[in-house]
Amino acid sequence: MSNMHILSKNLGYRNYFQRIPGVAMMLLVGMIFFGILSKDFLSVSNLTNIGLQSSILLLISLPMTLVIMTEGIDMSIGALLTLCGVVMAYTLSVTHSLPIAICLAMCCGLLIGLINGSIIVYWKVPPFVVTLGTLGICQSLALVVTDGQSITDVGEIVQLAYNGKVGGVAIPLIFSVIAYFVTYFLLYQTRFGIYVCAIGGNRESLNLAGVRTNFYHLAVYAFSGLMAGVASILLTARMSAGHPTAAIGMEFDAIAAVVVGGTSFEKGNGWLLGTLLGVLTVGVLRNGLNLLGVPSSVQVASIGLLVLVALLIDSMKMKS
Amino acid sequence: MPIFPNLNNSDELKALFYRLFVVIFICIGLSFLSEAFLTVNNLLNVLRQASLLFLMASGLTLVILTAGIDLSVGANVGMSACLAGTVLLATGSTTLGFLTGICCGALIGLANGLLVTLLRLPSFIATYGMLWILHGITYYFMAGATINGFSKSFRMIGSGYWFGIPVPIYMMLFFLISGSIFLRYTIFGQQIYALGANPVTARLSGVPVTRRLLLVYILSGITAGLASLVFLARLNSAEGDIGEALTLPAIAAVLIGGTSLFGGVGTMLGTLIGALILTLVLNGMNILSIDGNLQALVTGVIIIVSVLLDLILRRKSVV
Repeated sequence: MSNMHILSKNLGYRNYFQRIPGVAMMLLVGMIFFGILSKDFLSVSNLTNIGLQSSILLLISLPMTLVIMTEGIDMSIGALLTLCGVVMAYTLSVTHSLPIAICLAMCCGLLIGLINGSIIVYWKVPPFVVTLGTLGICQSLALVVTDGQSITDVGEIVQLAYNGKVGGVAIPLIFSVIAYFVTYFLLYQTRFGIYVCAIGGNRESLNLAGVRTNFYHLAVYAFSGLMAGVASILLTARMSAGHPTAAIGMEFDAIAAVVVGGTSFEKGNGWLLGTLLGVLTVGVLRNGLNLLGVPSSVQVASIGLLVLVALLIDSMKMKS
Repeated sequence: MPIFPNLNNSDELKALFYRLFVVIFICIGLSFLSEAFLTVNNLLNVLRQASLLFLMASGLTLVILTAGIDLSVGANVGMSACLAGTVLLATGSTTLGFLTGICCGALIGLANGLLVTLLRLPSFIATYGMLWILHGITYYFMAGATINGFSKSFRMIGSGYWFGIPVPIYMMLFFLISGSIFLRYTIFGQQIYALGANPVTARLSGVPVTRRLLLVYILSGITAGLASLVFLARLNSAEGDIGEALTLPAIAAVLIGGTSLFGGVGTMLGTLIGALILTLVLNGMNILSIDGNLQALVTGVIIIVSVLLDLILRRKSVV
C-alpha cells in the first residue's frame, strides 16, 4: 500500500472501490438492521433527523481527519466545543448580540487551536498529551465561566441556526455541506492539502524541499479549533443554552467516525468521504439504538466496539 | 542501599533532588499561606491521597516507560470499584471482593495489551477506546445507583490506621520498594527500560517484546484494580462516575515525576514525588479555598509543562 491514493482523487477507481466497502457496508448493514428492528427508523423525518444530528459531529470530524492525517490527534475538541458553546451562550446572555457571540466563540476556538498547535509543532510535544492537557483546561474553564450551571438566557434568534430553513433546506445541513466542501477543497485542491498528506507521510522530505512545514502543521490545529468554534454555534442553537458538560466526550465520536471512515494513524492515509460516511454510521448507530431504547451508556460502548470492528477489518485487509 | 535512584547516574539524582526541592518549597509556601496546612491531620491526609494516586500511577509508570500510555486507568478504577463493591455486598466476603477488583483490573489490562500488541494500535487510541467502553459498561451496570455500607474489615485498607499512620501509606511504601526492585534488579524491569529506550534494539537483543508489553499493561490494570479497592474502602460508596476524574491526575503524577513520555527514562521514586507534588498543589488549592473547578485546569497545565521541561532538559543533555 502506498500513501499515494490520498492525493488521488483521480488516481483510479479501483482504489475507491477497495476502500468503500468497510464504511459503506457498515452503514448499509446498520441501516438495514435498524430498519428491520424499528418501524420508525426508515421514515423520512427520522432520516432527516439523523442528518441534522450528525451535523455537529461532522463539523468536528472533518478537521479531525486532517489532524489524524498529520499523525496527530486532537483529544481536546469535545471540551473545546463545550467551552466555545459556553462562551457563546455567556456572551449572548450579556450582550444579546449574535454576531459578537459568534465572533467570540470562533476566536476562542481558534485561540485554543493555536495553543495546541504551537506546543505540538514548535516544541515537538506528542499531540495526545498536549490535547489531553488542554482538554482538562477547557473543561475547567467551561465550568468556571458557568459556575457549573446552564446558561439559558440566550434569546430566541440563535435557535434559528438549528431549527431554521433557507429555501427549504435546514440550516445545519447547509453548514455541513459548506464545511465539507471547504475541507474537500482545502485537502484536495490546494497546496495546503498536499502538505497535510506529506506531513503525515514524510515530514523530513517536506522539510528538505524547503516547505514551511511548521506553519502548515500549525494551520491544521488552528483549523481544528476554528471548526470547533463553528460547531459551537449549532450546539448552542440546538440546546438553546450553554451547558458546561454539553459536548464532553464528543471527541471520541469524532475519532471513531474518522477511524471507521478508513483514515489510519500512520503515513498520512486519509479519506474525507470516508469520514462523512463514518459520521453517518455513528449517527445511524446512535439514532437506531435510541429508537430501540438502549441507554446512552451502552451506545458509547457500542461505538467503541464499532471502532474495533473497523480496525479489525482494516488489519485483515492489510494482511490480504 | 541503592534501591531507589541509580547513584552512579548523577543526572537522575539531580532530577530527583530538584523535585524534592519543589515539594519542600510548596510545603513552606503553603504553611505560610495557611495555618490549616501544617497540621498532622492534614499532612497525613495529603500522604493518604498521594498514596492512592501513587498506586494507580505506579502501574502507569511501567506503561509510560515503554513509551506507551494507559488512558483507561481512571475508567478501570471505576469499573473495578463498582464490580468489587457489588460482589462485597452480595457475598459479604472480603476475599472475594478483593479478587474481583484485582481480576477485573487485570483483565482490562490484558485487553489493552492485546489491542496494542496484536492489533498494533497506538496505545493512546486503544486505551482511549477502552476508556469509553468501560465507562459505558459501568454506567449501564450501575444504572445510576449508588452502593455503600461495606464491612469494617474491608474498609481497613482505605481508612484504617496502623500505629497512627493510615494503611494506604504502608501500601504506598510497599509498592515503592517492590516496584523499584522490580525495575532495577530483575531482568523484567531492565527489559522494560530497554524496550522503551529503543524497541528495535530490544527486539534484536532478544527481549520478547510482545510478552513484555502484555505484562506491562496487565500490571497497570492490576494496580488500577488495587487502587479501586483502596478508593472504595475509603469512600465507603461507589457509583458509575467514580473513576472519571482520576485519569488526568495519574498521568500528571507520572509525568511530573520525571518519567519520559518517549520511554526508557523514569523511576518509581520519581512517580511518588510526582504524586506528592500534585496532591500538595490540589490540597493547597482546597485549603486556600480556590474554586474546585480549576483543579482540572491546573492538572492540565502541569501535564503540558512537565512534558515541556522533560523535552528541554533532554535537548540540553543531548547537546
